[in-house]
Amino acid sequence: MLDLTARELSAKILHGEITSVEATEGVFERIERIEPTVGAYISTFKDYALSRAADVDRRVAAGEQVGALAGVPVAVKDNMCMSTGATTCASKILENFRSPYDAHVVERLEAADAVIVGKTNMDEFAMGSSTENSGLKQTVNPWDATRVPGGSSGGSAAAVAARLCFGALGSDTGGSVRQPAGFCGVVGLKPTYGRVSRFGLVAYGSSLDQIGPLTFDVADAALMLNVIAGHDERDSTSVSNEIAAPCDYLEKLDEPLSGLKIAIVPEFNAGADSEVQNAVAAALEVYKGLGAELIEIRMPHFEYAIAAYYVIATAEASSNLARYDGVHYGHRTAAPADYVEVYSKSRAEGFGDEVKRRIMLGTYALSSGYYDAYYLRALKVRNLIRQDFTKAFEKADCIMMPVSPTTAFKVGEKTADPLQMYLADIYTIATNLSGVPGISVPCGQDSSGLPIGLQIMTPAFTEEKLLRIGRMFEKHTDHHTKKPDI
Amino acid sequence: MSELEYKIVVGLEIHVHLATRTKMFCGCELAYGEQANTRVCPVCIGMPGVLPVMNKKAFEYSVLTALALNCNISSFTKWDRKSYYYPDLPKNYQISQYDLPFSEHGHIEIPLEDGRTKRIGIIRAHLEEDAGKNIHTLGNFSAIDLNRAGTPLLEIVTEPDMNSAAEVRTLATQLQRIVRYLGVSEADMQKGHMRFEPNINLHITKDGTLYKTSISEVKNLNSFRAIERSVAYEADRQLDEFLETGATMKMGNKRTYGWDDENQCTVLQREKEEAHGYRYFPEPDLVPVEMNEKWLAEIKSRLCELPLQMQTRFAGEYKLSDYDAGVLTADRSTAEFFDRAVKAGGDAKRLCNIITQTGLKIANVKGCTVAELPITAEALAKLAQMVEAGEISPSASAAIFEDMVNTQKTPDTIVREKNLIQKNDAGEIEAMVDEVIAANPKAVADATSGGKKSKKAIGFLMGQVMQKSRGQASPKVVSAILSKKLG
Ligand SMILES: [Zn+2]
Repeated sequence: MLDLTARELSAKILHGEITSVEATEGVFERIERIEPTVGAYISTFKDYALSRAADVDRRVAAGEQVGALAGVPVAVKDNMCMSTGATTCASKILENFRSPYDAHVVERLEAADAVIVGKTNMDEFAMGSSTENSGLKQTVNPWDATRVPGGSSGGSAAAVAARLCFGALGSDTGGSVRQPAGFCGVVGLKPTYGRVSRFGLVAYGSSLDQIGPLTFDVADAALMLNVIAGHDERDSTSVSNEIAAPCDYLEKLDEPLSGLKIAIVPEFNAGADSEVQNAVAAALEVYKGLGAELIEIRMPHFEYAIAAYYVIATAEASSNLARYDGVHYGHRTAAPADYVEVYSKSRAEGFGDEVKRRIMLGTYALSSGYYDAYYLRALKVRNLIRQDFTKAFEKADCIMMPVSPTTAFKVGEKTADPLQMYLADIYTIATNLSGVPGISVPCGQDSSGLPIGLQIMTPAFTEEKLLRIGRMFEKHTDHHTKKPDI
Repeated sequence: MSELEYKIVVGLEIHVHLATRTKMFCGCELAYGEQANTRVCPVCIGMPGVLPVMNKKAFEYSVLTALALNCNISSFTKWDRKSYYYPDLPKNYQISQYDLPFSEHGHIEIPLEDGRTKRIGIIRAHLEEDAGKNIHTLGNFSAIDLNRAGTPLLEIVTEPDMNSAAEVRTLATQLQRIVRYLGVSEADMQKGHMRFEPNINLHITKDGTLYKTSISEVKNLNSFRAIERSVAYEADRQLDEFLETGATMKMGNKRTYGWDDENQCTVLQREKEEAHGYRYFPEPDLVPVEMNEKWLAEIKSRLCELPLQMQTRFAGEYKLSDYDAGVLTADRSTAEFFDRAVKAGGDAKRLCNIITQTGLKIANVKGCTVAELPITAEALAKLAQMVEAGEISPSASAAIFEDMVNTQKTPDTIVREKNLIQKNDAGEIEAMVDEVIAANPKAVADATSGGKKSKKAIGFLMGQVMQKSRGQASPKVVSAILSKKLG
């Protein structure tokens, strides 16, 4: 049963071939066996999940209308507010935070009758590329327990890869869905900025954050996007239906695109490890075999993306995280000497190193006298990167490149060198700066058997096309069916 | 002794609570005096994960106010975060507007004592959210009430164009009238709907050299008296300081004061202006607001005649005294009611007397405005016409007004039913005069004596006739007949 995709499982539940309670119990059995090794979850809610599953089963049995994810056990990254359990953002400062409300995506999942089994681990406040910055626990890569699952949605990627759920939500600020999906051999979709409401997503970099699914295959990603996409009046940056209404992403999913034009940036591909280069080249050959045309382009401002990202994201983060001060939210220091110490000590004790580093970076970038040199300049770079994408999409339907320059690296390998860690997101960050959607699709394994991801990007609000392009590949390859031996 | 002249220079920052139903960025209803922390939701208390949604009404109210202040309205405006750590600020940043406020470059006319008006420049007006309140009455602990957090707050910044404490006060009262006229704020000072922060310094000319004293900002004033007195106090204090120390303004040297109402003095709060540490940057959770012609025209159509214009018009067109015109225009509905009654044919001066002497009294008792009384402007015009025509006496009009309010009958019906029609019949009145003359020989003697007692005696005889007629005799006719009879 745990080999089924979410789509297959929901079909079986609808047809009464399997109950949601059985599926949920199956997931929890596996969690009990495997989770101690993987460490994907910060919290699980077995009783809650089983009662929701039982309710779905009852309604299915009664012939009542049920949602698109009826009875399917899924997981949610722990930076999405949920009134069940805690919402920690994997931070000591929020270890005991209980949200009184549900995030928009949680509401949508539950309205679609999904069964949320738990909240997944992540880099603290989504700041990181390996999930090693979690303040609460360690997650390892299900393909190799000595390696990282990627980040920041490492818990969600590991949970899906290890079959500890049938799909999960992550958030992607600079690659945090696509990169762990690539490292863990699952599909990871970052929708267009504005496609999915951020209401209830604890903010890191507000102008970059976007929620997306991590799934077994592209079809499941389409299914989950169907559930979470669409305008939400509580998020002013969520796109209106007049401008770009979502569609049924499953409807035409299996129709291949003819005359597909794929843009590639030769020097990017050349910048990756050779095994990654080879896998991506092989994937491009598959597309060529399907009638696609490859077009070589340049993205001249891509090289400034990481610098611009670390100014914009940290600037926004420094402000977003100001409320965790021991006065309003979060851990409060035990014995402050004075009023100022309530703030300084609570924050010093509650935040991890990387979060502190980014708060300081962002605070500096916004400070009087530095704003123009850093923040304003980063915004200019951002515009230039947007232009790079616009020009590329004038020539091609999509852009393809690796998700990451390497496969999953060793636990501890890059923790001492933040800059090396930042480079892990070199291929993914630009889409967040420009807002366009991107997907990571498994496209092979390296000699150690570690998964490699192919990244595909399309113009803003063309997720339908993006998913179809991904699906074309999936239907002609079997990389996405490979499972870790755990 | 050296020659010294000085000029007070004051600019004002004004914060106005907008009277929208809900808060600036969430759906919580605005409320004053509710139990602490009962008018809050995840958004206005800055819970992790929440996002703001702009209250369109608050934006429109702000634009309307800025239009009334002759400001330019930007076609594109954005929101910014202003960061500072304070317990009453839930997110530790305030959503405000920094470099692209929705309006700039306006002016407001204020009346001067000599009857002229003075133009005070408006630098900008922008919209932001208010913070909560810290409560320090719990001994070792401080409590925070976030009911106010997120209230729409319009900030208006004037040029330093005011040159006396009285001018500052006048501007404050004019602005209060304007926002009330526009219906964008209740502007109740006691509820903190308006808060003022004057920036004061002196331009001193001594021996032909100009010296400027350093600027004092007095924070959070919420009464007109406090505004006037704090400006006057600061001016005196700065002059004393200059005479004593000769200290003048240095760059960035702005001191912040509070106003101690009990001791009627300013109290130093911060010596140096803190470096601009607010780390403003564009609010990524909100989209910029684009103002198109159609929307602007729609808001413009809600503008009304402003209080000072109306007051000037009443004084000029209707020949009212400045004082009377001021009383009538203190409140928009009363002013418009009066205006309608005049246009319905009532004499302006007469209507003014009826409204200010009787109407305001009745309205006050009933706890409403004159316009809210259950009478029409047309009925009031009719009442004024009847007095003018001599059909009823001015003294009877007050009672009729009250009857109109209580019974909702027209003045002519009331007059007819109560038999209050003024008697102009010379024959009938003459008979009464004769009776009074016959009954009061002493007074008649005094009245005809031409001496000091004469005037008083005539008044007495007049009163006797009026009493006999139960107030219905026309005083004009009585007076004419009486003087004829007394020779
Ligand atoms: Zn609220």
